[in-house]
Amino acid sequence: MAQADHTHGLDHELPILTSTVEKVVQWARQSAIWPAQFGLACCAIEMMAMVASRYDVARFGAEVFRGSPRQSDLMIVAGRLSRKMAPAMRRVYDQMPEPKWVISMGACASVGGVFDNYAIVQGVDQVVPVDVFVPGCPPRPESLIYGIVQLQQKIARSRM
Amino acid sequence: MSDIRTETMTVNMGPQHPSTHGVLRLVLELDGEIIQSVIPTIGYLHTGIEKTAEQKKWQQVIPLVERMDYLAAQSNSLAYALSVEKLLWLEMPQRVKDIRVLIAELQRIASHLIWIGTHGLEIGAVSMLFYAVRERELLLNINELIAGFRFFPSYIRIGGLREDLPRGFHAQVQEFLDRFPAKIDEFEGLLTKNDIYQRRTQNVGIITKEHAYAWGLVGPIARAGGSDYDVRKYFPYSGYEGYDFKVPTATEGDVYARYRVRVAEMRESLKIAKQALDRISPTGVFACDDTRVVPPPKDKVYSEMEALIQHFLIYSQGFTVPAGEAYVPVEGPRGEHGCYIVSDGTNRPWRVKMRAPSFMAIQALPTVVRGGLIADVVAVIGSTDVVMGDCDR
Amino acid sequence: MDAQAIIDSLSPLVPGASFEAAPSVDFATVYVPVEHVVSTCQALRDSLHFEVLAEITCADYLPRTPRYEVVYHLLSVSKRLRLRLKVRVTADGTVPTVQGVYPGAGWLEREVWDMFGIVFDGHPDLRRLLMPEDWEGHPQRKDYPVQIQKAAQTYAPLEVSQEQFQANLERDRVKRTH
Repeated sequence: MAQADHTHGLDHELPILTSTVEKVVQWARQSAIWPAQFGLACCAIEMMAMVASRYDVARFGAEVFRGSPRQSDLMIVAGRLSRKMAPAMRRVYDQMPEPKWVISMGACASVGGVFDNYAIVQGVDQVVPVDVFVPGCPPRPESLIYGIVQLQQKIARSRM
Repeated sequence: MSDIRTETMTVNMGPQHPSTHGVLRLVLELDGEIIQSVIPTIGYLHTGIEKTAEQKKWQQVIPLVERMDYLAAQSNSLAYALSVEKLLWLEMPQRVKDIRVLIAELQRIASHLIWIGTHGLEIGAVSMLFYAVRERELLLNINELIAGFRFFPSYIRIGGLREDLPRGFHAQVQEFLDRFPAKIDEFEGLLTKNDIYQRRTQNVGIITKEHAYAWGLVGPIARAGGSDYDVRKYFPYSGYEGYDFKVPTATEGDVYARYRVRVAEMRESLKIAKQALDRISPTGVFACDDTRVVPPPKDKVYSEMEALIQHFLIYSQGFTVPAGEAYVPVEGPRGEHGCYIVSDGTNRPWRVKMRAPSFMAIQALPTVVRGGLIADVVAVIGSTDVVMGDCDR
Repeated sequence: MDAQAIIDSLSPLVPGASFEAAPSVDFATVYVPVEHVVSTCQALRDSLHFEVLAEITCADYLPRTPRYEVVYHLLSVSKRLRLRLKVRVTADGTVPTVQGVYPGAGWLEREVWDMFGIVFDGHPDLRRLLMPEDWEGHPQRKDYPVQIQKAAQTYAPLEVSQEQFQANLERDRVKRTH
C-alpha cells in the first residue's frame, strides 16, 4: 500500500510503514464492505449470481451478505421499489449504523425503469441518499462489481 | 409458578427478510415455537404492470410481461403471445413451435435451479446455491446467444420469434444437455438421502390434492399430492402433444415430495429438450408469414416499397387485434400461467391479466403451516416456490 | 362441451336463472346474472365436477353500461374442461362472494375490490391487498391515471388518540404486574 503513496515511506532498516489514520481507516472500510440483503425483484437474482462462483464478489471484499441491517455497511437496492415498500426501506436504512453507503442497482431503482406508473417510486434517491447508480435491466454482474469498485474508490478519496 | 404468562407472541417476519423469497410480510402468532396463525401481507412489489400494459402497443407489452415472474420470464411471454395469437387466429410453423418448446423447457430448468439453490440455502445446505447458479450460468449464456441478454431476452414475440437462431446454438445447447444429467445426480446426492434434509422436510407442510384444488393450486404443488394435472398434457399448446414425456407425481404432499417432483421434472425437461433439439434445423423459418404482424426481412425493406410501408406501419402504430377475449394457459415452473387478454379492436390491449400461481400459493399458506414450527414456515415457502414478482405483478 | 351444453345442464340445477352463451375463441363462456353467481358455482363444483377456481378478474368497459364485467375461470380436471363465467356489474353494483364454495376466491376478490372498487357481499375481510392500506382510489379503473405525481411516503404515520394511548399504557401495566 505504501508503494503507491510517495509522501509516506517504508523505512528499510526498521520494518515500519507510516501513513495517516484517515488513509488506513478508509482502506479498511473500502476493502470489507458487507452488503445488507435488500433484494427486491429481478435484480436480486443478478445480485445472487454476482455472489456465486462465476462472478465471485468475495474477492472484492463483500464477503458475506448480512441478513440484519445492523451488521452491514452497504445497502444494494436491487429491484423496483413500490410505494408500499418505501417506508420499510427507509426504516432498514435508518437501522444501519454509520458509515453506510447505498448502491442503487438497476434502472427501476435509479429512475423507475420501465415502470412509469402509480405504483413505483421513480428513483430510490427520493427515499435514501444514493452513492452509486448502476444502470441496466438487470445490470450484468460485472456491471455491479464495477459499481462496487467505484464505491470503493469513492470511499478511498472521501474524508473520514 | 402461578405468575407464568401464557399468552401468544406476535412476531413480524418483515418485508426485508433473507428467507421470504422476495418482499413478503408474515405476521406470525406463536405459542412458544408453535405457530397459531399466519397473516401474510403482499403488495410490496406491486408494479402496476397490467395498467401500464394498457398504454403500450401489443408487441411492446412483451418486455413488461416478462418482468412479472422474473425467474420464468420466457414462459410469461409465451403465455401472452399464445393468447394474442389465439385472437389473431395465427398458426405457427412447426419449427417455431419446436423452438418455443425448447426455450420453455430450458426456462423451466433454469427456474428449478434457482428454486433448488435457494431452498437448499434456507434449509441450511448453503453450498446448493453455488452449485445451482453455476449450472444456471450456462443457461443464461444460451439466452445471451440467442438474443444478447441474459435474463429477459424478449425472444418470443407475437407471430413467432424475434429472429433466426444464431450459429453455434445447437452445439451449445447440446453441450449443456450432455453435461446436465450428471449434475442433477450431484444435486440429488447432496440432498435426497441426507438425513438432516429428510428430517426437515418430511411430514412438513402437507398439501393434499383436494386441499390444493380447493385453494386453486395446480402445478408441482398439486402434483406432489397425487394430482396428474399438467397443462402440457391436458390442454396441449405449441406442439406439446407430439413429445414423449411423463409427468412426475408423488402422493405424500409434503415438502420432500415437492422436492422430488421438481427434480424429476428437471429430468423430464431434459428429455423434451433433447427431442426438440433434434427436430430443429439450424436455419429456417422463424415466424409465421402473416405480414400484418411479422415485420418483413431487412433486405426487402430497403428495396421494396410494400415491405417498407409494412415495416413502418408495424413499428409506428402497431398491428390491431380483433375484438374479443382469450386465455391460453401454459405450464410454468410454478403451475398454471395464463394471460387473460381483452381486446377492443385497436392497437392497444384493453385488459391484460396474468394468472399468478404464486398468488394462490401464498393465500393457502396460513392453512398449511398452522401447528408447525417457525423453521417449517421457511421450508414451506421455499417448497411452494413463490416469486413475489409473480404474486404482486 | 360448448356453452349451450353447459347452460342446458345448469338450468335444471339453478332454477330461475337466465344464462346467456357468449361467443368466444378459446373455451365456453356463459353470462351469469349477479344474483345467481353463488348457486351457479355451487352447482358447477358439486354436480358438474369443476373442482378448481383458476382466476377471478374484472374488466372495466368505461363508456358502456354496465361498466364492469367480473370474470371467473373454472377448471375441471376430471373432465378436462375449462369454463368462463362472466357477470355484468353496474358502476355501484355488488357481487356475492363465492368464498364459501371455493376458498381460493378470498384474495382474488380482495384484489378485484382493491383494483376496481367492486364490493363483494359477505366477504369476511375486504381490504386493500396490493396497494398500501391507506391508498385512495382504485388504480385499474379506466378513469384513474397511469402516472401520478406523488412524493414517496417514507414514514407511515402512527395515529393513536389520547384515550387509546392511555388505554395502551394501562393494559401494559396490568400485564406486567399480574
